Amino acid sequence: MSSFLPMGPKIAVLTPEIIVFGGSVLVSIIGLSRSKTLRKSVPLLAACTLLASLVALALGYSYEAADQAGVLMPHFNKIIKTIILVVGIGLVAISVGHIDRRMEDAVARGATTFDPMRVVRGEFYAFMLLSICGAMLIPGSPDLVWLFLALELTSLPTYIMVAMSRGTRRAQEAAVKYFFLGAMSTAIFLYGFALIYGSTGSLQLSTIREVFASQSDRGGIDTLGITGVILCILGFCYKLAAAPMHFYAPDVYEGAANPVTGFLSFIPKIAGFSALAVLLSTVGWSGHAGFTATGTVISGLPAPILATLWMICALTMTLGNIGALLQKSVKRMLAYSSISHTGYMVLAIIAGPGLGFEALLFYLISYGVTNLAIFGALSGLQKRGEDVERFEELSGIGRRYPGLAAWLAIGSGSLMGMPPLLGFWAKLMLFMAGIQAGHTPLVIIAAINSAVSVWYYLRLIGVPTLSPPGTSSEGVLKGPSSWPRFASAVAAVAVILLPLFASRILGNSAEFAPVTPASNMKPANTTTQIAPTAVNPKQAMHNALQETSREENAQLALHCSPTRL
Amino acid sequence: MIQYLLLLLPLISALVIVLSSQRAAKWIALIGSTASLIAAAVFAVQFPHWTTGSFWPDLNTTPILGNFGVDLKIGVDSVSMLLVLLTVFLTPLAIAGSFSAITTRMREYYAWFMILEASMLLAFMSRDMIFFYVGYEFTLIPMFFLISIWGGPMRGPAAIKFFIFTFLGSVFTLASVIFVAVRHFDSTGIWTFAIADLVKFSSTQLSDKEQFWVFVGLMSGFAIKTPFFPTHAWLPLAHDQAPTGGSVILAGVLLKLGTYGVFRFALPMAPIGAVECTTFFAILGIIAILYMSLVCWVQTDIKKLIAYSSVSHMGFVVLGLFALNPLGLQGAVMYMVNHGLSTGALFLCIGMMYERYHTKDMEQLGGLVSKMPVWSFFMIIFTLSSVGLPGLNGFVGEFLCLMGAFVAEHDQPSGYPGVLHPWYAVVAVIGLILGAMYLLIMLGKIVWGTLREPHGDGGNGHTEHAASELPTDLNFREIAILAPIALACLAIGLYPKPLLNAVEPCVKEVLVNYPAVIDAYNAKRGLVNPSVPVKHAEVTK
Repeated sequence: MSSFLPMGPKIAVLTPEIIVFGGSVLVSIIGLSRSKTLRKSVPLLAACTLLASLVALALGYSYEAADQAGVLMPHFNKIIKTIILVVGIGLVAISVGHIDRRMEDAVARGATTFDPMRVVRGEFYAFMLLSICGAMLIPGSPDLVWLFLALELTSLPTYIMVAMSRGTRRAQEAAVKYFFLGAMSTAIFLYGFALIYGSTGSLQLSTIREVFASQSDRGGIDTLGITGVILCILGFCYKLAAAPMHFYAPDVYEGAANPVTGFLSFIPKIAGFSALAVLLSTVGWSGHAGFTATGTVISGLPAPILATLWMICALTMTLGNIGALLQKSVKRMLAYSSISHTGYMVLAIIAGPGLGFEALLFYLISYGVTNLAIFGALSGLQKRGEDVERFEELSGIGRRYPGLAAWLAIGSGSLMGMPPLLGFWAKLMLFMAGIQAGHTPLVIIAAINSAVSVWYYLRLIGVPTLSPPGTSSEGVLKGPSSWPRFASAVAAVAVILLPLFASRILGNSAEFAPVTPASNMKPANTTTQIAPTAVNPKQAMHNALQETSREENAQLALHCSPTRL
Repeated sequence: MIQYLLLLLPLISALVIVLSSQRAAKWIALIGSTASLIAAAVFAVQFPHWTTGSFWPDLNTTPILGNFGVDLKIGVDSVSMLLVLLTVFLTPLAIAGSFSAITTRMREYYAWFMILEASMLLAFMSRDMIFFYVGYEFTLIPMFFLISIWGGPMRGPAAIKFFIFTFLGSVFTLASVIFVAVRHFDSTGIWTFAIADLVKFSSTQLSDKEQFWVFVGLMSGFAIKTPFFPTHAWLPLAHDQAPTGGSVILAGVLLKLGTYGVFRFALPMAPIGAVECTTFFAILGIIAILYMSLVCWVQTDIKKLIAYSSVSHMGFVVLGLFALNPLGLQGAVMYMVNHGLSTGALFLCIGMMYERYHTKDMEQLGGLVSKMPVWSFFMIIFTLSSVGLPGLNGFVGEFLCLMGAFVAEHDQPSGYPGVLHPWYAVVAVIGLILGAMYLLIMLGKIVWGTLREPHGDGGNGHTEHAASELPTDLNFREIAILAPIALACLAIGLYPKPLLNAVEPCVKEVLVNYPAVIDAYNAKRGLVNPSVPVKHAEVTK
């Protein structure tokens, strides 16, 4: 594939991102308007932008164009973008009424006049859209530079969003911490990119994949490449909030305003997972995944990378859960819980294409929607104009606001994995993927962890509904806007009802359906002409591995690899 | 369609309750649960397989996660049917028993109760592993709220302990189920969670080691739910703190989910694993019987006493299940039903007494027969049923469990060899004596003797009403609650044959792989008696 692609398909593939980018420019201008009505319409405009982008994605996305544009995993790409956009609309809704709350109050009281230099509402939503735009660009990255820029586009706006979300010093502190550590993680994965370039001599992911495949045919990917990939994984861990790069999460989540915390615990995470999937598809699953003689699937990741991911997975789940057990602040607890959920999802990444990716996507949907329910409910509350963030402040609010307590409870139930809520099905698929990929010990660790997590999720269920109202929960009132509560309600209902549509959520799931090993027993195809659109990519690849010479192997694997989802 | 109606009725009533007023809630709940009872009765009358052991209806499926073989399959065999009937029978009674006890947040209480009923029914009726798990696990949520909102003074810790213990065990159950499904997929290329398919696959295709771990994983959930001896720590607290209605359902039905799980999943899915673990679990059962009887002996709180006695009684069920012969399993199933009836009724009786005296302390009560003769009559019946007096229902199950354990030797001419030894039964019989002892002592203290009523208050500020005014005997509602259970106890006790006939084919279905597996196991231990031909040895690997 040439490195200079025709502009046409590229733009066609990027229409949704372009819409989001245009929207962010528009929003940042309108946010400065002197008319209050116009200013107030900023979140609506942002949501409409995302909706338009979603429509463009649904109508205009074609797998052929994506293929031509060098997208490694067209199907994965589309689903990730859809998830980001849908959850993104919810994230816009839960932040309505938060930004510039004080300023607008003062203007309304007549205490001050409107000053375009002091207002940040427009910028906030613009940054939000930019970050979303960055996250959408990641799964379709054709090369490392693109991947790097998209990751930065995702992260940079979030640093500013944290700082501007609240007027407190803690928010500034959180933003500075987040920025410095983020810069460090960027340095780490950038170094990894450099090493990968050094090893393969290319920035094109498809070329890198070919070179890695031929390297491993000659006895294994060289140390330079492996080190590069591992450094990248560690750098991405920061975006995922995975151990050993998870230490920032509690402080930053606590410092930011509630809706921003909701944003941080989802958009960078899905960005990180897409990046991880894209990157690992160059080393892992392309030329190497296959079946052993007995028909069991082996994960094709090279051993050092597998070991790294294995440790990250086990550590992240465990540290996240242990941390969450000890917290007094709801947001710190949710930060640690988000860390542990990252751990579960890394298990899906380890399991690889097929069932693993399906589980990953399902888990991301489940986590995103559940997250909306919880952070929407938290954002819908306020205490003297400030965020509600400690357990005492939630104590007994179910008596006054039964709806909000119910959404919190449903969200916690789903995070805990209580059937029949969405989180349960996500965990079910995750465990299926993990066991099928042969990582039963990790699944057992995950099972123990999800049992431990019950303790702190029960608190989030129990404190609002069961505890008597205390002194610190007296001043807690509903927030000024009803949109966060509405979004929370919608998300909570989705948590209950989505499982009914689980089969259909992932769209054309035939493209994910794992191969039946029994089909390997069929007589192998005698010709090497295997269409790229083989119904059964793994089988095709398997046949190819048996039938073709080593040189053709890598080439074929490119066409028939299971990563071409 | 009646089976879906049966599942939906409680859910619909829960919805109506939420939308109704606080006052109407209890009546709607009563009507809803009675409607479920009627639906279940119709279902039971239509049920064609009472004596064949097959499932019905066996065709309707509603795919939920269709690509992965998760389908909502509903169907029952006679064992499931019995437990469904137990559930729908106890629920209206437990609701009626809560009428006067629950005075706050009534809508929530009855709504949770109906949801609880629906999820128990789902667990008993599901023919799909995942939906069984959904029902099994979801019972935690309503029960958690029932205990933690309407429970006693220690309700918070009790509810949390109950929830965490049970959840911890059941994730391993889920992991085992998924493991079997994945292995099934690996070897056949078909995703399914249908119980029949997985049982067939797992019991014949998995290796010894895999079966062992599958069994251990399944049991870790069911053992906590039942509860088996060392994992029972959540139970006394939860029973003690739960409101009366909650205790009735907890003891009457929820504990049976654990033993039902052993019966329906653990034993048929992993015969090799089960045989390896039989001695271990049988010993746990005996420890539960004896140790818990001794613990009961020293209790002064009646409700705690009954709670501990549940653990002890479940020990008999465990022993019966691990006898691995038709006698023992029949006994275990009978015991599940009978324990549900008699212990549920005992909790109701205690609740009625508690509403009058506001104490459950046996030291403060005595000679109530002179004050409340009707109540005492029922209390005596249910206690005797619990003791296992011949002629009442408790005897049937207890006798069969012990009998099953007694004949569970390696050289049984019945064709069902066992792993145990008569000594197990002999030791367990001591538990019968101890059981009679502590229950009769309880009766002696509170029913007979000189009249003692709590003076001052029961810790609740009800002073000076002791002698004349408050403690009246049971009213009509309370008699109407207890009388049906008493009749059922008597009927089953006098004529258990139809039930035994209904259970027998299901039991044989569960045990289908066992004789061969046990023969192979005994041969490995060098115990095989040459006079018994080893028939199916080639099936086992």
